[in-house]
Amino acid sequence: MLDHLVKQPILWTQALTKQVNTGDKQLTILQDIDLQVNAGEAVAIIGASGSGKSTLLGLLAGLDLPTSGKVQLDDIDIFTLDEDSRAALRGKILGFVFQSFQLLPALTAIENVMLPLELTAAGNAEATARRLLDRVGLAMRLHHYPKQLSGGEQQRVAIARAFATDPKLLLADEPTGNLDSATGIQIIELMFELNREHGTTLVLVTHDEALSQRCSRQIRLADGKLVK
Amino acid sequence: MSYFKLSFRMLRRDWRAGELNVLVFALVIAISGLTTVGFFADRVEMALARESNQLLGADLLVISSQPLPEHYADKARQLGLTVSSVTKFPSMISNGDNNLLTEIKAVTEGYPLRGRVHLASRSSKNLMSQPQIQAATGIPQPGTIWVDEKVMTRLDLKGGDVVDVGATQLTVAELVVREPDHSVGFINMGPRVMMNAVDLPETELIQQGSRISYNLLVAGDVKGVQQFRDWAKTQLTKAQRTEGIRDARPEIKAALERAEKFLSLAALASVVLAAAAIALAVRRFTQRHLDGCAVMRSLGASQQQLFRLYLYYFIALGVIASSIGCLIGFAAQEILTHWLTGLVDTALPWPTWLPALHGLLVGLVLLVGFALPPVLNLRSVPALRVLRRDIGLSNAHSMAGYLLGLAALSLLFIWKAQDLKLGLYIVAGFISAIAIFSGLGWLLIKILSSLRHQAGGAWRYGLASIRRRAASSVLQAVALGLGLMALLVLTLIQDDLIEDWHASLPPNAPNHFLVNIQADQLEPLEEFFQQYAIEHPPMFPMIRGRLIKINGKNVSPEDYANDPHAERHIRREFNLSWADRLALDNQVVQGSWWKEDTREAVLSIEEGIAKTIGVKLGDELTYDIAGSHFSARITNVRKVDWDTFRVNFFVVVPPGLLENYPVSYITSFYVPPTEVAMIHELVRTFPNILVVDVAVVINQVQQMIRQVSQAIEFVFLFTMLAGFAVLYAAIASTQDERIYEAAIFRALGARREQLSRAWAAEFVILGGLSGLFASAGASALGYVIGKHVLHLDYTFNPWIWLVGTAAGVIGVLVAGLLGTRSALSSPPLLTLRKIG
Repeated sequence: MLDHLVKQPILWTQALTKQVNTGDKQLTILQDIDLQVNAGEAVAIIGASGSGKSTLLGLLAGLDLPTSGKVQLDDIDIFTLDEDSRAALRGKILGFVFQSFQLLPALTAIENVMLPLELTAAGNAEATARRLLDRVGLAMRLHHYPKQLSGGEQQRVAIARAFATDPKLLLADEPTGNLDSATGIQIIELMFELNREHGTTLVLVTHDEALSQRCSRQIRLADGKLVK
Repeated sequence: MSYFKLSFRMLRRDWRAGELNVLVFALVIAISGLTTVGFFADRVEMALARESNQLLGADLLVISSQPLPEHYADKARQLGLTVSSVTKFPSMISNGDNNLLTEIKAVTEGYPLRGRVHLASRSSKNLMSQPQIQAATGIPQPGTIWVDEKVMTRLDLKGGDVVDVGATQLTVAELVVREPDHSVGFINMGPRVMMNAVDLPETELIQQGSRISYNLLVAGDVKGVQQFRDWAKTQLTKAQRTEGIRDARPEIKAALERAEKFLSLAALASVVLAAAAIALAVRRFTQRHLDGCAVMRSLGASQQQLFRLYLYYFIALGVIASSIGCLIGFAAQEILTHWLTGLVDTALPWPTWLPALHGLLVGLVLLVGFALPPVLNLRSVPALRVLRRDIGLSNAHSMAGYLLGLAALSLLFIWKAQDLKLGLYIVAGFISAIAIFSGLGWLLIKILSSLRHQAGGAWRYGLASIRRRAASSVLQAVALGLGLMALLVLTLIQDDLIEDWHASLPPNAPNHFLVNIQADQLEPLEEFFQQYAIEHPPMFPMIRGRLIKINGKNVSPEDYANDPHAERHIRREFNLSWADRLALDNQVVQGSWWKEDTREAVLSIEEGIAKTIGVKLGDELTYDIAGSHFSARITNVRKVDWDTFRVNFFVVVPPGLLENYPVSYITSFYVPPTEVAMIHELVRTFPNILVVDVAVVINQVQQMIRQVSQAIEFVFLFTMLAGFAVLYAAIASTQDERIYEAAIFRALGARREQLSRAWAAEFVILGGLSGLFASAGASALGYVIGKHVLHLDYTFNPWIWLVGTAAGVIGVLVAGLLGTRSALSSPPLLTLRKIG
């Protein structure tokens, strides 16, 4: 029944390469990455620090530009778009969960969750935000500011924000990196639950082998290359 | 939650967290300084206008040679205006055998509508004593007259004496010291008599053919008076005309204008300082907003959306901070006017709201011009920053971002200077100062850092960190340099200005004018002065003539119907004089003064009057002098300092051209208050000579100079505060980096003292650079402003280099060390965790 979904790639890259100039020589961070993520999949990108996994995530989200190669997101070749159009595309189909939460300090929990909805002018922002915060267990914390919340609570708000626009693809960058292990486990549980409920595709960047095993597939990076 | 709301939330949070302290402080100070001066100038201007109306005795006069029809007064009353009437005519009055030609003024109840008649009190009719002066409460009772000192002296009168006025006899009741509609100039200052209009028929002086001027006085609110004036225009016959505001005393006006110019400069200097502080503070602001912007970009916000977000943010911030500034400005001008009471005779009217509006506008322009462009770079922050913290803005402090602000500030200067040329001067100076400072700063930093290997410990580190932060170091040095420059210039000019003023009106400045001296009286007068041991003052010839032609074309008052000021000059007679040399306090601004033995028919005209009647260099003016015509060409235009109280003329010709016309002489000299008796003796000995006592005016101006000096110091306070804002902003702009740096250094084992020595070295270099910039800039700017704006002779002061550099080094060092204390004392681990 899921067959036609599984075969549908939501994200694929072709010969994705990123090099940077470091004064006298060129440094290759990513080289000829070809990968494909199908709708509904949960994929972990794992590798040691410096293996290029964060760079890869940045390119997949269109936050950075590659030296060569292409990224196709929901059938759109994202590097043919300008930065503003890529931002709009992100707002429409991507959700993010960051290692350092990245909540806006000026906004309360609910306002942080409403923000992506308002940026894309989606209706009913408040009801959606309320429902999601309720879902992540923060119904009592709607009007708290980030600095009034614990790390785990902040990451819950961030997860609620990530799902607010009902994204097709969720990108998570070391989501437990700034949390203690007990809280980290709870956050991961929550993220996978929501992922299932929303039928979202997940790409998770981590260096944690145990965490990566929870995903349906693992992509291993070493020295900027895919390890088969 | 719209963008508007989001902007507000961000603003509120930043405000509470103290993120906006520098921006708000700088803006509030600048706007308070500006509005203080604005409100104050506004009030003084209105008071001067009202004082001018006092000279008229009303807001508007309808003057006619025939009795005025009743409907004029009726219409005025209908418009809610108060009215009164004055009938003026010349007539002989006599006391026994003594006859005197006087100017009689018959007044009705209510006169004067503006200003007061001042009387010498009853107890002091003895002219030899200093009279007690009181304001009159009404008009002369029927059957009585009030007379001036000339009538008293020449008819040898005392209170209660009865004099013949036409066919009737009236009793002398009061001695008039001052009356509002007294002529300001030296003409028409014959002996004056005031009587009640009720007695007029009995005098039988009002007859067909007598020279009578019927005046209707009108006063009330501005709108009503304007309506009446408009209506009256449609009613006037050939024999009738209206007259509005007369000029206030030109010497007081000149002094006030100069004060106002300086005050505006001081206020503008605080605006420049605020701009520098904002430019510095905004750097830290952008650093702190990088993350938020990156998150919003990653969530799909477009550049347009971020633009609007920050636009609203800054407009709201600008309005709030400027409003606070306006409120403070309003309170401060209250203090200022409290100090300056008595500056003008009338109570100061309430200011209009215009200065507040200006303040608001300037605040917004400053903030939007200087803060918004760099902040707008935020919208292009790489969204990748959400993953990699080390990615920042590549062009966060590009100079191009400040161009909008510079343009806005330039326009502001041009507008405030009310003078395109001056404005452009300032703007050009400003921009070239920034360009030169930046270039020099860059170069000096490069040179200094190449020397760092020769330098010892702390210096080496200080130089290294200046080099590492080269762009922001240059920005800091330029901003601090500009700030210090403004302060130095103001200090210099302030001292010069005040000194120059005091010098222009020394305690023995002429306080009496003698007018109408005849040629054969020159010698006896000299002897008279010798007798009283008074140095013989210079005598200036004076010829009266009416301007009848410009370049051979007839002129008449009607040609200047749109400009009552010019019309009056054409209607009246000019005072002409001759001289072979330019008077000391005059300055030729166009053309050149004649050679001493010239016989050409040329003339020199005063700048202001030339502009008023619309003549220029090379024009030929023809005067009617006692029935014969005299023509001469304008070969130079003079600037006259009217506030020196020396004798000056609108029109001067070379000697030898006017000697055959009827001439009288005029002079001015100083009489100490103790020598009043001498003046009375002079009036008795030379009855035809008019004595004009300007001691009151001189006192007023001297008082004003003292008060305005205080005002200048007061406004200077705002400029000083704005200077502190720049200093604070400069130190705060690198605070985050320093806290981080301190944490790393201390984690690596550096002692606090080592760090603070290194920073001190950095501050000394930075302060020295900005002090040098400021001294160079101030020397140049002081010269230009002194010469072209305030018309002072400015001499270069070598001390400025020492003072400027020392002030820079000490100021930046002290502020820097104070400002970085907290960075040194926060525990390193805490800092590293927070930032990392």
